[in-house]
Amino acid sequence: MADKVLMKGNEAIAEAAIRAGCRHYFGYPITPQTEVAAYMAKRMPKIGGVFLQAESEISAINMVYGVASAGMRVMTSSSSPGISLKQEGISYLAGADLPALIVNVQRGGPGLGGIQPSQSDYFQATKGGGHGDYHLIVLAPASVQEMADMTGKAFDLADEYRMPVMLLADGTMGQMMEPVTLPETAPRTVEKPWAVTGTQGKREHNIINSLYLKPEILERTNLERYDRYRVIEEKEPLWEEYLTEDADICVVAFGIAARVSKNAVKAARAKGIKAGLIRPITLWPFPKAPLAKAAEHAKAFLSVELSMGQMIEDIELAIRCRRPVTLCNRTGGMIPTPEEVLAAIEKAAGGEN
Amino acid sequence: MTATLPPPHRVTLFAGHYGSGKTNLAVNRALALRAAGYPVAIADLDIVNPYFRTKDSAAELAAAGIPLISPAFANSNVDLPALPKEVYELVDDRSTLAIFDVGGDDRGAYALGRYTPSILEEGDYEMIFVANFCRPLTRTAAEALEVMREIEAAGGIPFTGIVNNSNIGEETTPETLRATYATAEELARLSRLPILFCSADRRVAMQMEEPVFGMQLQKKVF
Repeated sequence: MADKVLMKGNEAIAEAAIRAGCRHYFGYPITPQTEVAAYMAKRMPKIGGVFLQAESEISAINMVYGVASAGMRVMTSSSSPGISLKQEGISYLAGADLPALIVNVQRGGPGLGGIQPSQSDYFQATKGGGHGDYHLIVLAPASVQEMADMTGKAFDLADEYRMPVMLLADGTMGQMMEPVTLPETAPRTVEKPWAVTGTQGKREHNIINSLYLKPEILERTNLERYDRYRVIEEKEPLWEEYLTEDADICVVAFGIAARVSKNAVKAARAKGIKAGLIRPITLWPFPKAPLAKAAEHAKAFLSVELSMGQMIEDIELAIRCRRPVTLCNRTGGMIPTPEEVLAAIEKAAGGEN
Repeated sequence: MTATLPPPHRVTLFAGHYGSGKTNLAVNRALALRAAGYPVAIADLDIVNPYFRTKDSAAELAAAGIPLISPAFANSNVDLPALPKEVYELVDDRSTLAIFDVGGDDRGAYALGRYTPSILEEGDYEMIFVANFCRPLTRTAAEALEVMREIEAAGGIPFTGIVNNSNIGEETTPETLRATYATAEELARLSRLPILFCSADRRVAMQMEEPVFGMQLQKKVF
């Protein structure tokens, strides 16, 4: 049955993960992502999977490390403060080249912050978060349907490139309900000859490790990992463009901010302003190519974010600062309105302030 | 065609799987009763759901003269699951009709337990199971029955009827609802409870010949 069901974004993540072959979930409750765990708690026992509420986020991420080492699809989910707690484990996953899915349904910060939606973990997600030279592939869905689709894709990318992948959503995406068509196809399986699955006395044992005491070897490992990152930067950027071909004002926004921005772009067009929208779907790798292309004709860029302005730096880098980039933002759990974005577009277009 | 609902009980409780439409039903039932001249108040017992809830309709309810009792920190940045003392007044004051919007699933229904003895003792209540068979964990009658039993165990009040509120949000058509009639009847058979009525967004209900309770929905469109 491929008909539509009505789902919360958080539920869509959980169901899509199960359909992608994930049978291991470890987490700790935190608003606004708790429905991921609640859904897993209900479903996993019925399908022979494992749902385990760990004693903390830190133990949950290290359980993920364990299952990933054994070559099985595994995930954890949390919201901003909980994701901060997981950073050591995420760095270890990256250092041990382990595939796993980490879901961050962001809320306002810093500190304990609030429970309303935010995008202020952009730096943490795309620039590291944990220590050392590494990247996560970061996917930013903008609908409940994409929450489901990106979850499946995240597992595939994680397995293909042997690395942790983050689904970076926000409280609104997690809580809102929309009709969804769930994938019916069997999950992709990837051979994992590196996994610790028992040698049966037939092969050398595998070791999963992120400790390299000889700097020459650690350097070589890091260089090899960055060779893989280069392939990802070449092959995997994803984005959506809306009315960008002739755009004078190029709005850039992801997730919930992109939905608001799209309405503002429509309103701007109705007023005769040539506005367009680029919506990055992968935040790392950041889709530099469409931005560079838009910079050839756009007069100005506008970054719309639920943060104090984080992605704006990647926009400036992608277009090599050839055009002015301004910021339209709200923070602390607030969402910019289409009217606020429209006003920022008008200002960038040189209209009234 | 808009359904005319049966006369109200003193207490009407809407419970069910979260996301089934309890809040929209509670708000619309309260507005309909008020329009029919009844004194009515609505209590939001949801201490689970952080975002979309009864308080989103606060202005509309106030304009209609319907007192809204909701957790002090609902829709705020504070994740504090506490219910106000006014809920007890609503349970005890038998001069006004009371609509209870119970939180989703068994987890949401636990909060009901502290009011259960009074409600059962008064004995004039309708405990409505709100069913949306387009929701992933209540796709079949058997699944819905499981949720029903969990809520009864948590809240301590047995259900007395079913409302079929099946929908997929903005993309709902009359066919969306009609496709679930057989499942609703199966649930009625399994649970030995009557289907009290069907409900839908007013836009959808207007297109239908059969009686459907049309609702003005809470909307937050991004």
